[in-house]
Amino acid sequence: MAPALGAISPDPALLRGVEEELGQKIASCFHCSKCASGCPVAFAMDVQPNKVVRLVQMGLKDEVLRSASIWLCASCETCVTRCPNQVDIPAMMDVLRQMAIREKAPAADPAIPAFHAAFLSSVGKHGRVHDLGMLTTYKVKTRKRGDALKDAGLGWEMFKRGKLRILPSKARETKQIRKMLREIVDRI
Amino acid sequence: MELSYFPGCSLHATAREYDASTRAVCAELGIGLTELDDWNCCGSTSAHSVDAEAARALPLRNLRIAEEAGKAVMSPCAACYGRLKAGQAEDAASDSIDVCHILDVLDTQESTGLLRGKVTNPLTDLKAVSYYGCLTTRPPDRTGATDYENPESMDRLLGLAGATALPWSFKTDCCGAGLTLTRSDIVTRLVDRLMRMACEAGADCIVVACSMCHANLDMRQAEAARDHGGEYSLPIFYISELLGLAMGCADARWWRRHLTDPTQLLRAKGLAA
Repeated sequence: MAPALGAISPDPALLRGVEEELGQKIASCFHCSKCASGCPVAFAMDVQPNKVVRLVQMGLKDEVLRSASIWLCASCETCVTRCPNQVDIPAMMDVLRQMAIREKAPAADPAIPAFHAAFLSSVGKHGRVHDLGMLTTYKVKTRKRGDALKDAGLGWEMFKRGKLRILPSKARETKQIRKMLREIVDRI
Repeated sequence: MELSYFPGCSLHATAREYDASTRAVCAELGIGLTELDDWNCCGSTSAHSVDAEAARALPLRNLRIAEEAGKAVMSPCAACYGRLKAGQAEDAASDSIDVCHILDVLDTQESTGLLRGKVTNPLTDLKAVSYYGCLTTRPPDRTGATDYENPESMDRLLGLAGATALPWSFKTDCCGAGLTLTRSDIVTRLVDRLMRMACEAGADCIVVACSMCHANLDMRQAEAARDHGGEYSLPIFYISELLGLAMGCADARWWRRHLTDPTQLLRAKGLAA
């Protein structure tokens, strides 16, 4: 007897939506897997980069937005540099992450969007990132992870060497930045 | 040459030795740097990961300020450089100002000519591998790099400074970049491989031109060695630090900011007191 197939619910609008936001056709990917073989973080991904493209082509939105891969992509730009069809996978990952936030899809690794929120919240306050403030916000946001003290020793070593400023370096005219980033941080 | 200088957040904090050595080397080579007035964060990985408008607006504000200043803008941080370039790619109106990375400024006929005449303290016996990471060269259609799989600008500069730049195959492999806080397990695995390969190539040190690369290699290598059974401890230098050292304008305070102490190596090579 053939194995039962799990129910899938493809979203036919996904590919078009992603391509529109991206400004590029990703239907041209023919799955040579050059991206997957050169990706430095592929070993930690649940879905290899070309397979993320495939899921988008097939309209499997939930599978894409819930994958860890969209958050683990380090934007190193190796894949797009080597892609025979110039499919901009790092930019596609950005589009998918932004879509996941908009549609409130649960992130496979919530610490990563929490870090982005902490980072941008700091930039919103000062116009520049203040590491100590950002680290504190991040550790509070991710306290349930139970690793609040991880890197505390490293932080101390940095502090001793003058690498962590007590007071932030600030830009002057930051009203617009603050408003824009506050709205974004609230959404994440 | 007169340039607008975009230090970016890290050169005001975690990478202050990169800022100080960049300023020292540029002064020595007659490159005038004026810090961009009221600059803001480029947005880094976080902005483009979560919001397209923020990813565009943050670099564009800087580019507008640079336009008013009327000079090409140089950033030593490869990540800031990449975001400023990306901002330009999205807005044709911001194209009037050249955006360059520190290696674009140092690896020119003019700068190397001057450098050649100013090396008073050649880095003889120092064996280095140059590590370009991701964003100094990629994506090439944005950076304009032609040697993106095997860049050589730092190798040339190191050669002029009297050091030996060793060949290795990991010049443009990623260090894990912004995953350092959230997924340090991934970063230490990548750092471990880079460290092992640098040792295998016979290097005494790794030379970088990006504050993110420096942070991961310098600060995470002890953890990488512990977690992956590695036995290495290699100083990580910014290219500007070594050029400053060769030109006799290095400051001992730079070395004190490194987590992996470089002074022992420098003493062994007769390059520091």
